[in-house]
Amino acid sequence: MSVAIELAYLIASILFVLGMKMMNKTKSARKGNRLSALGMFIAIVATLLQIDAISMVEILACIVVGSAIGLYYANKVEMTKMPEMVAIFNGFGGLASFSVALSDYFLRTEVNMESIELVTVISIIVSVFIGGLTFTGSLVAYLKLNGNISGSPITFKGQHPINLILFLGFLTAAFFTVLDQTDPMLIIILIVIALVLGILTVIPIGGADMPVVISLLNSYSGMAACATGFILNNNVLIVAGSLVGASGIILTQIMCKAMNRSLVNVLLGGFGQTVNEAQADGPSITVKEIGVEETAMLFDGVSSVIVVPGYGMAVAQAQHVIRELMEQCEKRKIDFKFAIHPVAGRMPGHMNVLLAEANISYDKLIEMESINDEFPNTDLVLIVGANDVVNPAARNNPQSPIYGMPILNADKARTVIVCKRSMGKGYAGVENELFGYPNCLMLFGDAKQTITKVVSEMKEM
Amino acid sequence: MSSEALIILIYILVLASFLGFELIAKVPPTLHTPLMSGSNAISGITIVGALLACNEMGYTTISKWLGMVALVLATINVVGGYTVTDRMLKMFKKK
Repeated sequence: MSVAIELAYLIASILFVLGMKMMNKTKSARKGNRLSALGMFIAIVATLLQIDAISMVEILACIVVGSAIGLYYANKVEMTKMPEMVAIFNGFGGLASFSVALSDYFLRTEVNMESIELVTVISIIVSVFIGGLTFTGSLVAYLKLNGNISGSPITFKGQHPINLILFLGFLTAAFFTVLDQTDPMLIIILIVIALVLGILTVIPIGGADMPVVISLLNSYSGMAACATGFILNNNVLIVAGSLVGASGIILTQIMCKAMNRSLVNVLLGGFGQTVNEAQADGPSITVKEIGVEETAMLFDGVSSVIVVPGYGMAVAQAQHVIRELMEQCEKRKIDFKFAIHPVAGRMPGHMNVLLAEANISYDKLIEMESINDEFPNTDLVLIVGANDVVNPAARNNPQSPIYGMPILNADKARTVIVCKRSMGKGYAGVENELFGYPNCLMLFGDAKQTITKVVSEMKEM
Repeated sequence: MSSEALIILIYILVLASFLGFELIAKVPPTLHTPLMSGSNAISGITIVGALLACNEMGYTTISKWLGMVALVLATINVVGGYTVTDRMLKMFKKK
């Protein structure tokens, strides 16, 4: 490989690092993303220079097809559907690395009839494992998020022993592949186990744990690229792959910490199922209802408001009407902010993107640690489609499954209005004692419709 | 691959991972979604491997076909990932 091409890969790696660094600030983030894209472009051009002219036709055809699909999807996707898009794209990345690894394996064993070095064989096996697992795992995550299969945990007896046996089977087949590289049967066994494990490891994980799963699969897609870099002895794949791998791991940690759960606990799945019966006998909560007109009057008379958005806001598509509510409040010189819990939504930062799309300035979106002390001095908190992240049981009920999880102290505000479809429970399957608090009022109905009515009432005032 | 070459690759892996940890730990939660879709696009770097895998004459080998599948998928990842990230970041405004 010529020095010029190696240098081009180096420049690409530098641009990836700089691009990620610029993601640290909202102001520079867009430029950072473009620098990173430029790096990718340089890496692609440098690679194309090594390609024989005869293969160029089909290569360009593949690139055109891939670009068309990518552009179409990226421009069409709704912001509420971002978790689905990231999930399926993680899967594509995993499958791509998986295919490259297998392509290289068959090239060496069946076309060139050469023996493969130990390091390369191991890298191929690792890439097939991570890539395959990422592909089917992401597919299941996508189907769960998209509602094609149930978002609740799917568990069955002997689930974990089966996974363990499959994994040991994989290790055994991997061992024999190292001994006899040319046996295609062994490779097929490896492929099948990797794909099946991807499905089995994600199905027991519930919908609201998806932020963790997507972050982890994101990390895996980077690691798969990294393993492919070891197969091809290519530095830029290793650099870019490990950057993504590290990024996914950090996000995974942040999400787990925000739920006060260990990664193992999330991955074993089935959360929120066993606690239902224990909680069912507890004293039922008496709630106070509030109507649209009274809500509008309340808003009219306060001086500070904090909105706590949750996944329910995304489902109801209520973010735009909440901006109208904000405009009405700002007209009245009411201080208006948003409190964002790290795991609100179905992926890290999901609420921020939805609110940004609704044209809400990002300096109004406040993180949990910064805003928690402000609740006691706030007149009115409006909770839209959030539940577990404001449940005081996390602070004061050691029996609760969510005990210890950091929450937004919305209950400490003078008045709390909860906009909710019904009295249904949150993801954790626990009653929210906040709803029975004396300062809490329930505004039942579809978030978008009810808040629209509140806004029109306020306009007439 | 000589053991020296392997050691260098492992060096790159370890140092790049540490760099990644340092860089990402500073990203504010507001930008976590674009960060994910952006890093998703970067993991499309496997496109380099896909291109090399396609660089083979004839259509008869399974290697070539796998390379082409990988190329389409990696291109979707790269083009779609960067485009949607740009689309999102464009919306983040301060008034």
